Amino acid sequence: MISVSLDRIEKSYGDNPPTVAADIRIEAGEFFTLLGPSGCGKSTMLRMIAGFLQPTRGRILFDEEDVTTRPPNKRDTGMVFQNYALFPHMTVAQNVSYGLDVRRAGKAEKAERIAKALDQVGLAGYGTRRIDQLSGGQQQRVALARAIVISPSVLLLDEPLSNLDAKLREETRLQIRRVQQEASLTAVYVTHDQAEAMAMSDRIAVLEAGRVHQVATPREVYHRPATEFVARFIGRSNVLPATVVETRQDALVVELPGGRRVETPAPRNPNRKAGDAVSLSVRPELMRPCPVDEALLVGVVGAAEFTGASITFEAAVGDLELTVTMPDRADAPRPGDTVGLAWDGERTWAVGE
Amino acid sequence: MSAPATTPIGVRPSLSERIAGDRFVYLLAIPVFLVLLYFVVAPMLQTAIFSFDGKGAAVNYSTFFTGASASALGLSVGISLASVLLCGVIGTLLAVLLTRFDFPGRRMLEVFAILPMALPPLIGTVAFVLLSSESGVVPRALHELLGAPASLFAASGIGGVLLVHAFTMYPYFYLSVSAGLAGLDSSLETASANLGARKARTWAKVILPMLTPALVSGALLTFMISMASFTAPQLYNVQTLTMQIVSTRTSGDHSLAAAQSTVLSIVSILFLVSMRWYQGRRVHRSLSKGVQRDRAVSRGPVRYLALAGSLLISALLLAPVLVIVLVSFSVDGAWTTQVLPPQYTLANYTRIFTDPKSLLPINVSVQMSVLATIAAVVIGAAAAWIIARWRLGGKTLLDIAIMLPWALPGTVIGVNMVTAFNEPNAANLGLVLTGTLWILPVAYFVRYVPLVFRSTGASLDTIDPSLEEAARGLGASPVRVLRTVTVPLVAKGILAGALLAFVDGVGEYVASVVIYPSQYVPLSVEIFGRIYSSEIGTAAAYGTLQIALILIVLVVSRAMEGRSSAGAVTTV
Repeated sequence: MISVSLDRIEKSYGDNPPTVAADIRIEAGEFFTLLGPSGCGKSTMLRMIAGFLQPTRGRILFDEEDVTTRPPNKRDTGMVFQNYALFPHMTVAQNVSYGLDVRRAGKAEKAERIAKALDQVGLAGYGTRRIDQLSGGQQQRVALARAIVISPSVLLLDEPLSNLDAKLREETRLQIRRVQQEASLTAVYVTHDQAEAMAMSDRIAVLEAGRVHQVATPREVYHRPATEFVARFIGRSNVLPATVVETRQDALVVELPGGRRVETPAPRNPNRKAGDAVSLSVRPELMRPCPVDEALLVGVVGAAEFTGASITFEAAVGDLELTVTMPDRADAPRPGDTVGLAWDGERTWAVGE
Repeated sequence: MSAPATTPIGVRPSLSERIAGDRFVYLLAIPVFLVLLYFVVAPMLQTAIFSFDGKGAAVNYSTFFTGASASALGLSVGISLASVLLCGVIGTLLAVLLTRFDFPGRRMLEVFAILPMALPPLIGTVAFVLLSSESGVVPRALHELLGAPASLFAASGIGGVLLVHAFTMYPYFYLSVSAGLAGLDSSLETASANLGARKARTWAKVILPMLTPALVSGALLTFMISMASFTAPQLYNVQTLTMQIVSTRTSGDHSLAAAQSTVLSIVSILFLVSMRWYQGRRVHRSLSKGVQRDRAVSRGPVRYLALAGSLLISALLLAPVLVIVLVSFSVDGAWTTQVLPPQYTLANYTRIFTDPKSLLPINVSVQMSVLATIAAVVIGAAAAWIIARWRLGGKTLLDIAIMLPWALPGTVIGVNMVTAFNEPNAANLGLVLTGTLWILPVAYFVRYVPLVFRSTGASLDTIDPSLEEAARGLGASPVRVLRTVTVPLVAKGILAGALLAFVDGVGEYVASVVIYPSQYVPLSVEIFGRIYSSEIGTAAAYGTLQIALILIVLVVSRAMEGRSSAGAVTTV
C-alpha cells in the first residue's frame, strides 16, 4: 500500500500548451477516482502512473520515490483495462497466473493465490475455461483477478465497467470496491460516469480539458462544487446568476433575478465584495413549488416528465431554464401553470470563480 | 493536493527518458534497419552510382534516352497501360458478377477466380505458350475443326504478353473491387433508389464513386506489376525495359544496364509513393458496416446460359494448369504437330527424383528458399512489430526501406545484387556474393521480406496493444512480452507470410536468371533451360510440382487465416 503523487505533471505535444497539467496526491489505501468527460486527460494521467506514458514535465512519485522514468514492468501496478486485455491464447488460470509467473512464484503458492483471487471475484472453478467462453462480466472479473493476484502496490482501473450493461455495472462496482478494501489496495479509478464515481470513491478529482477542477470527497463534490463545471457535471444542477449584496463568515447574501434576496453558504474568499457576480448552484430536488408571494423565483412550467416516484418539470424564469424534481403529487404543477419556486438556502452553494 | 516541498521541476525529460517505456522497440530497430540498409538500400544506390561509370553518366543516360532503351521504356509503359485496362474490365466485371448475382456454378467460379495467382510466373507463361502460340493446343484444335490456318488464332508478340498479363493480373482488380463491393453500405443504394434514381443512375452516381479507391489501387498495383513483368516478354520475345536490362547485361555493357535499372527503379518507387499517398487520402468510407445483401437470382433459361458461362470461364481458368499437368506426362520430343501430346509416360517424374542432376535444381531452390525465408521471418516480423509500436518520428524511413523491394522489379533486384556484391568495397564491407550460391538466398530474402512484413503487420493490427501493456504492467520485460504474448498471437500471420515467401522463393525466376551461379541452377532457370532444349515434358513436370506446392500452401494458409491471405501472392 503506497501513496501516489502526480507531482506538478504536464503532458504536451510539440510546442503546444500542455494538454494535461495536474498536481494530485493519492493517499495510501485510498480509492481515488479521476472523473471527467471524454478527452479530459484522465486516461493520460492513469497511463502516466502505469508508466505507458511519460510526463513532459514534473514527476510521478510512489510514496516519496521518483518513478517517472521507471519502465512499466518495474512499477508493480495492477491494471484493469476498459476492454479487459485478457490474453486470448491462454485460459482463465493462465491469465491470472501471468504476473505470478513473471515473479517466479512457487508452484504451490501460485495455485493457492490463483484460487484465492478467482474466489474473491466469484469465479472459483473457472480456471480451465477459455477466455472466449466467458461473458463480458466474467471477463471483466478475470481482468480484476489478474490485477489483484500480484498484490500490486497500486490498482489501476481504466473505465472497467463501460462495456457492461447497467445492472451488471452496479453489481460489479460493489465487488471492485469490496475487493479493494479486503486487499487494502491503493486504487486509482478512471471513469466518465459520475454516479459510478460517487458510489465507489473515497475521493474524486473532477477534470476538464486536462485541468483539475476539484479534488474532494463525493459528498463535498456534490454539495460544494468548486466551479460551475463541477456543479453541472456532477448530477443535475440549476446554476443561477446572482449579485452579491453582503458578505458574511462562510456565507453570502445574494440578489436573484427578479430581485429576491437569499442567504447561501459560500467558500471563503476575502476578495469577494458587494456587487460581485456569482453563480448559485441549486440542485433540482432542492427546489419546491410554492405560492407565488412566498417564492424566490417565479416561472412558467414547461414540459413535465413522470418517472414513477417523482416528477421532473422544466420551468422558464425569464431567460433561465430550470429543472425541478419533486415527489409525484396530485397537485403537482402542469405545463402552462405559473409556479413559484423556493428552496432551503442552507443547502445551496455559491460557486466560486 | 499537497506535493512534497523539495521538488525540482520544470526539467524536460531527455529523449532516453521519454522512450524509457518502450526503449526495446528502438534498440531492436537499429539492427533491423542496418540489415535493410545493407541489403536493400545500399545495393540500389550502388547500382545508381555504377550507372555513372563506364562511358560516364552522360553517355549512359543519353544512350538510354535516345537508343533502344527509350523505346523499350515506351513499350513497357504502353503494355502496362493496356494491361491495366484489360485487367480492370475483366476483374471488375467478374467481381460484380460474383458479388451481386446468384446463378448455378457461382461457387465454383468463386474458387477458380483467384486460381491464376497460384501459377508460378514462369510456368504460367509457359502454359500460355503451350495453349495459344501458333504451335499451341487451341490454334491447332481450331485449325483441325475449321480448317483455317492455326496462325489466325495464335497469340504472339505483344498480343501474347497482353494475354498473359490479362489472365494473371486481373485478380488484383477482382480482389480489390470485391472487397470494395462487400464493404459498400447497402443503405446507400436503398437511399438512392428511395430518392427515385434508376439502377443505372445509382451505379453511375453512387456505386462507382464509392468504388474509385478500389479501382485506383487495383490500377496502380497492376501497372507496377506489369512494368516489372519479365517472363511474358521473354517468352514472347517483346523488348520491354526489363528484357532490355537483361540483354544489355548479357552483352556486357554493365553500366548501361545499371542506368536502365535505375530508371526502372525510379518509375517503380514513384508508383509505390503515389499508391501510399492515394491510400492515405482515400475519403469514401461507409458509415455503417457492410450488410449482407441479397443477390439477384437468375431464373428460367438464363440459368442454363449462366451455368454454361460459368463452366466455360472455369474451364478457361483451369486450362493453364491442366495443360501443364497433361504435358508433364508427355514423352519429350514426341509432341510435334498434334493438337495434344500423343504419348504419355511417368518417366519425367521418375527422372527428376532419381537422376541427381535433375534433382539438383529442386534442392537448390528449396534449400535457398528456406534460408531466405528464415531471414525474412526474423527481419520482416521484427520490422512489422517495430513499426506497429514506434511512437517517435522517422517511422516512414523504415517503412519505405522494407517495402522498397516490393516495388522494385525482380530484374532490378537481381542487377542490384550482382552490382553491389561483385567485388569488395566500402558499402558491402568486403562481402562478395556474385557468382556464388549465397547470392540466391540473399536475393530471395530481399524480394520476399515484404511478404512476411505485411502479413505480420496485418496480424498485429488485429491484436489490441493493451494486451502488451497488460503484460508489461504485470511485470513482464519487453522480451518476455514478445515471447509470451505478441509472438503467439501473430504466429499465424508470420507463418502465412513465411509460407508465401517460401513458395515464391522456390518458383523465383526473374531475379534468379540475372544472378544464378552456373554450377547451381535454380528450379525456374532449369525449367527455362529444358524448354530451350525442347525437353518440354520434364519442364512441365517441374512446373506441376511447383503448382502442387503452391496449392498446398494456399490451402494451408487459407485454413489458418480465414479468407484474407490469398491476396498476398504477388509475383510476376
